[in-house]
Amino acid sequence: MKSIWRVFRKELRETLRDRRSLVTTLIIGPLLMPALIGAVIFMAIRHSGVANTGPIRLTVAHAGRAPQLLDFLRQYQVRVRPVEADRARARRLVEREHGPLLYVPRDFGARLAAGKPAPLRLYADESNRAVQGKVERLSTLLGLYGGTIARLRLVARGLDPQLLAPIALHSIDTSTPQSRAALTLGMLSYAILFTMLMSGLYIAIDTTAGERERGSLEPLLTVPVKREHLVYGKMLAACVVMLVSLLLTVAAFAVTLRHIGLARLGMSANFGPGVAAGIVLGCLPLIPAGAALMILVASYTRSYREAQTYVGLVLLVPTLPLIFASILGLQPRAALMAVPSLSQHFIIMSLLRGQPLPGGYVAISAGVSLALGAVLGYLAGRLYRRERLLG
Amino acid sequence: MIEARALIKRFGTLTALDGVSLRAADGRITGLLGPNGAGKSTTLRILYTVLRPDGGEAWIDGASVLAHSLEARRRMGVLPHGAGVYPNLTARENIEYFGALHGLARAVRRARAAQLIARLEMQPFADRAAKGFSQGERVKTALARALVHQPRNLLLDEPTSGLDVMAVRTLRRLLGELRDEGHCILFSSHVMQEVAALCDEVIVIAGGRVVVQAGPDELKARAGTASLEEAFVRLIDPNGAQDGP
Repeated sequence: MKSIWRVFRKELRETLRDRRSLVTTLIIGPLLMPALIGAVIFMAIRHSGVANTGPIRLTVAHAGRAPQLLDFLRQYQVRVRPVEADRARARRLVEREHGPLLYVPRDFGARLAAGKPAPLRLYADESNRAVQGKVERLSTLLGLYGGTIARLRLVARGLDPQLLAPIALHSIDTSTPQSRAALTLGMLSYAILFTMLMSGLYIAIDTTAGERERGSLEPLLTVPVKREHLVYGKMLAACVVMLVSLLLTVAAFAVTLRHIGLARLGMSANFGPGVAAGIVLGCLPLIPAGAALMILVASYTRSYREAQTYVGLVLLVPTLPLIFASILGLQPRAALMAVPSLSQHFIIMSLLRGQPLPGGYVAISAGVSLALGAVLGYLAGRLYRRERLLG
Repeated sequence: MIEARALIKRFGTLTALDGVSLRAADGRITGLLGPNGAGKSTTLRILYTVLRPDGGEAWIDGASVLAHSLEARRRMGVLPHGAGVYPNLTARENIEYFGALHGLARAVRRARAAQLIARLEMQPFADRAAKGFSQGERVKTALARALVHQPRNLLLDEPTSGLDVMAVRTLRRLLGELRDEGHCILFSSHVMQEVAALCDEVIVIAGGRVVVQAGPDELKARAGTASLEEAFVRLIDPNGAQDGP
């Protein structure tokens, strides 16, 4: 046991001395990643917020032909900008400004008065996402205006306007502010798990493939310490680096998301100290498995370079279930909680949504992840007893 | 004392060792001499427990390297080929780390490291990170590391390769002192002068077999030559020697 501790202390000390790798491991990943993702989320929220609730600028050609319609639109925060343009010019204008542009044809007023469908043309470049949102809102508003006129016409003819509404559909949005935010923050759990695993990469490779390449593995194997204890010490050091990275990442996210001010934008991303602690505890059991996996693979390879390639590839494996889960829209089930990394993803998401998973689920996640770590650790220990290790 | 009996080692279809038996006694320097690829390193690596033989057995002070490898490792210090050290640790830390792995208490390993640093004249670089060490500085560090637990037996694989004259002298003096203190020293080399200058006993190895084990003088007598080099060439290749001067 003492020798595990001694190997652990030495590996950690050597890693801490290597400034360059330390910066990559503990600054770039855990601090830059949350800052970047925070910026992306901020942009996404601001963008969609403007499109869905803010005023819309609408260019109108021949505004004089539909004064009442435009008065109606102005009540719903549509800022009308009248221009004089024929159809060709209107089209060119939209190509330049993306739109939306409302073109009122000459016969609009006459047909409206005659009780016939009155034509309107709405030009927009819908490949632009911001414009898409505006067009949807404008269509709804124009439909609303049309509906109002229709009801007035029925009343004028002595009919009940309810005849036009055979179905009363109420769609009820059950999302809470937390769950709406969690949708946007889906990538957050991916970032946390990936950064945590990545941070162990350098130390896992350096203490195994690196040690062999520098020729210090052979003397190490001549000391009277059980070979598996040497590996356990290295694994423990990788685990501590990963833990520090996890703490930093989660803390950085907690700070960034607070500064973005999700609450002000109608979302309350549930990322208080309690949730942060829960995320750390939920991810903790995955750390030994990740460290053992990387050390196992790095010990197997023949050189430092090969180790970098293979460990990098292997690191994609734990992220695959997350991608499948988001494509297939998987929900937590007992069986899925037995998949390491996916179960941690579920735990993080449930905490962010403010709907904690049953204790049993969390226990399955922790149990299976720790068991996997133990098996992989045992295999790495076995590998160190084989002479093939020397390459 | 180091003993090996009928060691066999195969790498795939290549037979590296084909029944190597040897004996290195306490208070003597034994040289393992042979051309490149003769099996010197393989023999040493089996003795210091990083390779397992396919046949045969070996003992360090009576402890089997196969059945009681931890016990055997406790009794020997090893300087492997290349002398790799930890680049981000200082020479002193490298030495103390191995002391720790040998189970020495903190105060003991500190004192031992200090002694060895003085004895090997390492003071100028003892507290520098090993990253920028010259080959000589690395070998000294690795040697001190091998001696930190005061092993009775010392195994060195090509210890002088890449060293300058001054460093070789320091090493020779140290090995001589250790011999006089009663240690058993086994080292490999393909350099004749070195073996001649140092060894009390020479084991000539070629093609995975021990050709002869004898003292330097006896070796010359057996081969019927005045120089050790000529004796060596005749012993490993009785026909090839005729081409020489």
